[in-house]
Amino acid sequence: MSTASRPLSPHLQVYRLPLTALLSITHRITGVGLTVGTLLLSYWLTSAAYGPDAYANATAFIGSWFGYLCLLGFSVCLFYHLCNGIRHLFWDAGKYFEIPETARINWVVIIATVVLTAVAWFVALT
Amino acid sequence: MTLRSALSYAKGLVSAKEGLHHWVLQRLTALALIPITLWFVISIIGLVGTGYNEFTYWLDKPVNATLMILFVAISFYHAQLGMQVIFEDYISNQSRKMSCVITVKFGCYLLMALSIFSILKIAIGG
Repeated sequence: MSTASRPLSPHLQVYRLPLTALLSITHRITGVGLTVGTLLLSYWLTSAAYGPDAYANATAFIGSWFGYLCLLGFSVCLFYHLCNGIRHLFWDAGKYFEIPETARINWVVIIATVVLTAVAWFVALT
Repeated sequence: MTLRSALSYAKGLVSAKEGLHHWVLQRLTALALIPITLWFVISIIGLVGTGYNEFTYWLDKPVNATLMILFVAISFYHAQLGMQVIFEDYISNQSRKMSCVITVKFGCYLLMALSIFSILKIAIGG
């Protein structure tokens, strides 16, 4: 039997990622999302420095459906990266490495992200 | 101030490169960003639906201008550190890796300078 085509190690295509690993890569993905989002932050601040007309253009863009979509993505990335980042700081301090703790905190991070995003948008829009 | 312990020197456990400095700064900026991000989110929610005059009046306040400058400066610094790690992990071609790292660092510092100048222009010149 030929073994040449077998995967050499647990690879992403044949290996179901545990939730902890999924959240770990999501931390990086949201970090990239936030870096891209800083373009919008810079645009908003710079437009105000250019004057009322430029600021009106910027807020018109941010207030469009595409702008809202960007803001929604940015807010989800921000809250996720914030919550999971705090968990990473605890890991760096050598805490919460046990698997049951990690599994529980996975859900704390997910639920906190959803709740913070929902609360922020609810308060902003009402 | 050195970030390395005397014991690590005695044991010969000291990195020959800048990895530790990078690692510590990524965590310190993360720590600083926790309260500043919460301030930023609450401020943005308060500014929803306001126009140019309200925004520049708000940014004219010394505490708001200072915290906004810190938010922008630390965020961009944290972003370029994080993006550097991602490029170093996933791009194996040395020259492509270096050009990605340098491009993103230049871009982050350009947007950081632009944003800080804009804040100062509104707060001082406005």
